[in-house]
Amino acid sequence: MALTTAPERRTKSPLSAAAPAARPTGARMGTSGRTFSIVSAIVLTVFAIVWLIPSVFALKTSLSDNGVAALGATDILKTWNPTLHSYAALFQAGDIWNWYLASGVTSVVTAALTVLFASMAAFALSRLKFRGQNVVFLLIILGIMIPSQVLIVPIFQELGAVNLLNTYWSVIFPQVPAVIAVFIFKQFFDGIPKELEEAARIDGAGLWKVYWSVIMPLSRPVIAAVIILTFVGVWNNLLLPLFVLSNPNLMTIPVGLATVQGSFGQRYADIQAGALLAALPLVILYLAFQRQIVEGITGSGLKG
Amino acid sequence: MTAAPALTRRAAAAPEARPKRHSVLSRGDGRGAWLFLAPFGLFYLAFLLGPTVWMFVTSFFNTSTVRTGLGSFAGLANYAEMLGRADFWSSMWHTLQFTLYTTPPLVVLAFFLAILTNRVRRGQWFFRLAFFLPYILPSATISLIWVFIFTPGSGLWASAQSIFGITPGAGVLASPNTAMIGIAIATIWWTLGFNFVLYLAGLQEIPRELYEAAAVDGATTWEQIRYITLPLLSRTTTLVLLLQIVASLKIFDQVYLMTSGGPGISTSVALTLVTGTGFTDNRLGAASAASVLLLIVIIAIAIIRQLVDRAAVRKAA
Repeated sequence: MALTTAPERRTKSPLSAAAPAARPTGARMGTSGRTFSIVSAIVLTVFAIVWLIPSVFALKTSLSDNGVAALGATDILKTWNPTLHSYAALFQAGDIWNWYLASGVTSVVTAALTVLFASMAAFALSRLKFRGQNVVFLLIILGIMIPSQVLIVPIFQELGAVNLLNTYWSVIFPQVPAVIAVFIFKQFFDGIPKELEEAARIDGAGLWKVYWSVIMPLSRPVIAAVIILTFVGVWNNLLLPLFVLSNPNLMTIPVGLATVQGSFGQRYADIQAGALLAALPLVILYLAFQRQIVEGITGSGLKG
Repeated sequence: MTAAPALTRRAAAAPEARPKRHSVLSRGDGRGAWLFLAPFGLFYLAFLLGPTVWMFVTSFFNTSTVRTGLGSFAGLANYAEMLGRADFWSSMWHTLQFTLYTTPPLVVLAFFLAILTNRVRRGQWFFRLAFFLPYILPSATISLIWVFIFTPGSGLWASAQSIFGITPGAGVLASPNTAMIGIAIATIWWTLGFNFVLYLAGLQEIPRELYEAAAVDGATTWEQIRYITLPLLSRTTTLVLLLQIVASLKIFDQVYLMTSGGPGISTSVALTLVTGTGFTDNRLGAASAASVLLLIVIIAIAIIRQLVDRAAVRKAA
């Protein structure tokens, strides 16, 4: 189920193929099938509404007045007087700009380094032969089994020892060795026909040229998937930045929110606005790159 | 010069038993290969393998944040302490409790909703959006949303309880008996989408002809699900289950943000104990010992997964 299937998978993506796939079965269905379909649709709609309620309620709260929000859920739902006051207050207070900057910089830099380094390693593993290859494979399998969360204590010690605590690097560096990214790249590279690079090699291209000018341009879909998944993962990470950053100006947005949450007191509308602002870039990213995100997740989930 | 690589390639490939796989670039690429591996390898050693080894080492010492260096040798004292501490076992129990609360709904509900969504002909995008969107939200966002929903007395949860005639109590997160249930509900809402898309992907791998043949033979919709879908998705289910268990063992964010392990230590989990021992009590050696114990459990499950996977492949072959 390797990523050798990745190029083909695009055509039968979970996002595009389902609708036509369901049709022929439906056409053969009798009355019992039709009743079943109607019941399914109703049950499904109920669940979908239940699933949307928390987000919609948070949105409604964030658009309410802090005074109304403090009265409770019924007042929030009853009162229709939307205001962007909470959002304006957060942006005026200013912290959130620093947090956006920290989240943005750490996510982008980590994603860039991960894509570059993981694809280079995958290129070596997929295309080159060298002594010790089996040891490298073993180490990679081992790396997949070790969850980084468990390493928070030694990583904290290490970053302290090299004076990197309270820098963006302390959030970036530990998240670069995402072993799963090497796997994703390797399986994609394995599926690329070798004739192309043979031609390049015969023309005298070096290894770097083959990697950079032949393999990478053919790997745009998988590069996009790894960039997006790394970006989302770093943006959402709480544990690492929580302990390696103590300067409020450097905090990423989830850590910043978690830290100042207490000082908001009864300003519930502001809290919900903050919660949604922390998620906003990811929601935009999701809406723009639904296919890559879902495929990246099913791809890495099936292998990881 | 242009012919040289091709020649070396042939020469190198000939003595090999499996010449195809690496035929393109082989001898002379050894140094190049290590250069390509070096950047990732450096980070791997510095932030994955290195810390793991260091964690094992410090787990045998009285390392502390207030002194530099390893501190005095402790032998197995850190392990003995952890295994003898009541809060170690209660955090393990809470982790298990969380796993038991979240896994069945996350597997069964995701399966059920994926089957239904797969049958819908129009508006599938809406259901995908509804179920998957929470999954990409940061843990901080979902925690702030759910803490507010669980506000005692006037929150959305309490209001819903009143509508159904239940008297809202002190609040879901405020009582030691229900706090973990509250965290579990928020988590189910948050991560269901992940299993949902895995199941949808699995469903779409099932050849349509199977259903058509069954329908021709007069199988009802229910029989089709029971005898085609369910067995063919068993591999996905195993995967989902194991991913779910490992994810549950690593739970930290929701607990830290929603209850900080409280009330009391009623929702304290493995990583709460690790970070509490390490960063609040400053006892890095003891925290490392707890981390090592957690890592052993996680690796054991990963190995079980490999074995199950291999058995499944053998059965299929």
